[in-house]
Amino acid sequence: MTTIPDDSGSVFTAKNRAAAFFQSWPPGILLALAWLAMCALLVAFAPHVAPYDYLAMDLRARLTPPVFFGGDWAHPLGTDELGRDVLSRLITSVRISLVIAFLSTLIAATLGVSLGFLAAWFRGRVEQVVLMLIDAQAAMPFMIIALAMLAFLGNSLPLLVILMGFYGWERIARIARGLAIAASEQGYATAVRDLGATPWRIYGRHILPNIASTLIVSMTLNFPEVILLESGLSFLGLGVQPPMTSLGNMVGYGRDYIQSAPWIMLAPAAAIVLTTLSISMIGDWLRDRFDPTLR
Amino acid sequence: MTRYFLSRLARAFVTVVLIVSAAFIVLRLSGDPAITILGPEAPPEAYAAFRAAWGLDQPLWNQYLRYFGAVAQGDLGTSMRDGRAALDVVLERVPDTLRITLPALLLNLAIGIPAGIWAALHRNTLIDRAIMTVSVMGFTVPSFVMGLVLALVFAVRLRWLPSGGSDTALHAVLPILTMGLIGAAVIARFTRSAMLETLGQPYIRTASAKGLLWHQVVIRHALPNAAIPTLTIIGFMVGSLVAGAVVVESIFSWPGVGRLLVTAVANRDLAVVQVILLLIGFTMVAANLLVDMAYGWVDPRLRSGHAAKPA
Amino acid sequence: MTALLSVRGLKRHYPVRRPGGLFGRPATLKAVDGLDFDIPAGRTLGLVGESGCGKSTTARLVLGLVPPSAGEVRFDGGLVTAKHDAAWRRQRRRMQMVYQDPLGALDRRMPVAEQIGEPIAIHEPGLPAAERAERVAELMAQVGLGASMAQRYPHELSGGQRQRVVIARALALDPALLVCDEPVSALDVSIQAQVLNLLDDLRARTGFAALFISHDLKVVRQMSDRVAVMYLGRIVEEGAPEEVFHAPLHPYTQALVSAIPVPGRRRERIVLEGDPPNPVDVPAGCPFHPRCPVATARCTREVPRLERDAGRAVACHLVTAPAAHAAE
Repeated sequence: MTTIPDDSGSVFTAKNRAAAFFQSWPPGILLALAWLAMCALLVAFAPHVAPYDYLAMDLRARLTPPVFFGGDWAHPLGTDELGRDVLSRLITSVRISLVIAFLSTLIAATLGVSLGFLAAWFRGRVEQVVLMLIDAQAAMPFMIIALAMLAFLGNSLPLLVILMGFYGWERIARIARGLAIAASEQGYATAVRDLGATPWRIYGRHILPNIASTLIVSMTLNFPEVILLESGLSFLGLGVQPPMTSLGNMVGYGRDYIQSAPWIMLAPAAAIVLTTLSISMIGDWLRDRFDPTLR
Repeated sequence: MTRYFLSRLARAFVTVVLIVSAAFIVLRLSGDPAITILGPEAPPEAYAAFRAAWGLDQPLWNQYLRYFGAVAQGDLGTSMRDGRAALDVVLERVPDTLRITLPALLLNLAIGIPAGIWAALHRNTLIDRAIMTVSVMGFTVPSFVMGLVLALVFAVRLRWLPSGGSDTALHAVLPILTMGLIGAAVIARFTRSAMLETLGQPYIRTASAKGLLWHQVVIRHALPNAAIPTLTIIGFMVGSLVAGAVVVESIFSWPGVGRLLVTAVANRDLAVVQVILLLIGFTMVAANLLVDMAYGWVDPRLRSGHAAKPA
Repeated sequence: MTALLSVRGLKRHYPVRRPGGLFGRPATLKAVDGLDFDIPAGRTLGLVGESGCGKSTTARLVLGLVPPSAGEVRFDGGLVTAKHDAAWRRQRRRMQMVYQDPLGALDRRMPVAEQIGEPIAIHEPGLPAAERAERVAELMAQVGLGASMAQRYPHELSGGQRQRVVIARALALDPALLVCDEPVSALDVSIQAQVLNLLDDLRARTGFAALFISHDLKVVRQMSDRVAVMYLGRIVEEGAPEEVFHAPLHPYTQALVSAIPVPGRRRERIVLEGDPPNPVDVPAGCPFHPRCPVATARCTREVPRLERDAGRAVACHLVTAPAAHAAE
């Protein structure tokens, strides 16, 4: 059997190309990336994108339902009990929640990597102390620790960010320690140490770049959990304080109008679920793609 | 075996000491303990009596030891709200919290484990995909969203169930359902991966190659081995149930420890917060200890004394 | 004349447990068990022996990477310790190592030029980047790496090129001593000669002293001014390469030499009997006696001393005057 390659082959290759494309970029991942790209744009340009100021009240248009549910395009997602535009508040909330989660994840990663590296470099007693801290942190539900700290230390935005920064450091520390110990037993780290390099150089310039991909994946998996934690605290009225707004905060205040105006609560709730779902999916996908060793 | 249990017991003890120490440190960090515990508007003689009673004039090390003594005797200050002993205020709320968390835990296991096993045995079929898609929600839908959506559907729209309070048994349904469904999703996902890992082991292939019926293989070989990692997640579940109770009790106005914690934090009723913190800490230690014990009982390698540490 | 490197009574013992789980009897692994040798400036000592005889441990001891259990290493008069302090760091400038596995010894996430320049960056942090780049370029030219290789990553190079990178990095600070631990055993035979010639050329040009470690007699012979043969943590024979290879005195050396194929000439091959050496169970008396074809009763009781005589040294009860024997 011989087949003559003619231009009908191009149909196959186009099809194959599409199949190969979706093989490496599943549609779910593309949607997740698209949602996150939109969120990133909102974070960057929130004040320019939002149709209204998120604090602007319009008392004549209180509790307007969203468009298609009896409302109009003036307020696509309706308004809340003070006549504030839900879409504008949502955009600002996404911005605040994501920035908090990002800063906190950065703190957790810095803390985790530093302690993990300390344990790996010194071993012995320092390592035992770090491991004990990791166990202690993992033993207590973080929500409870966060609530207690807020009670004892009072509430402010910087404190909230730092507090969230203690979430998940223990997992990153555990991973960083394991990877650093494995890496420092490899030839390249030994060779650099034999050259007389300081621990800063060995860990900062050699081991860190070598294990960065795994660390980034575990940070990606930490990120949505921080969003959930912050929105939970804000929902309870103990996180971000008004007049500032965050996703959890919006759900918390919208809950009083669950009967008359459920959209106030449903819009930010959907935003939370979509965002955490997207980041988790991308995190899992990155892990499967780049780092099958992680769990 | 004994050595394993003793080492777990010692670790639990160290963790308890750590928790109490952490509470002590945080208490000292937050300012004058007299004001912290008694509140800012107590009469001056009360402060003096408090300082003498707690030995705040003594060196720090001494105070630290006294603090342990006080914790051991349950002497943990009074609530700022109504002046009653903080321990009593908290303890009377415990039964209400157990009334929803224990059924929720049972629901977690009753749905999560069969669903996870079912998904693993039908890997990559439509059933598996469906179960896993639903279970992803457990990780991404926060409990307050889940609770509010359930309330919206069953209380506001359908009017089948009450949306808040604790007067009847029906009032407990939505809180239990909220916590039960979310936890079930987590357990299903975990059980599935534990089961898949077990099914991939050479001894499973050997057992089925021996001619055992597939369901016999699953029941006699796969399930007991998959149970071991699943046990560890139960210890973790207790922690997330406690955290979930805080949110869920607030949504449904359920008068348990979780809601008490939220109001105490909002009012900065620190004595009550401290008692709850210690109580939850001890609960977590006890839960993890129980899981470790069960672990030792299920895993014969630990029974014989040597071999791998559980992850 | 004082030697650049002088090693006296050097020992390195590791506590180990015999098989039998947690309750195995503790024992001592004598990786290195009493070494004495000198390396004058600009000279090369070749260290040869089977795997497990303590060659690599010796390399790490000499460089102060592991602390000795007993004895001392002096480099240029100063004591070499394994304490990672300022003095230790300063010594790094003057003593460097070439590793067996070049791919493992290089960071796969860093361009090779940057890795070659790393010792300079570590020890001369004040040097402007441009000057450092210039020196790296010179080093690369010296080891025969084209400038086009500079921005490549280790996995993009061949095995021989990688070892050239490792050598360039070791020479970056113009060290007085280079320790080469099996530098060519991971390379293809065709590449080995190139790398050995390169090392020889570089030594002639820059005049570093070297401790050259290999299990391969031919390689050691080509590279060394003196040769020491190690067996179970000790030197059993030492001398000029030609003498050791043409007139080996110790039965172990004789067996090693007889195993080298010589083209065009059939030679009696001495095949060693018995178990391969285990440094945990060092036999009493001469460590070599269980495998020695000419062992006597005395060999099972008394440890032979390394007798020095006119440039030769042998540790064997059957050889009394090494120089006289060699002259026979």
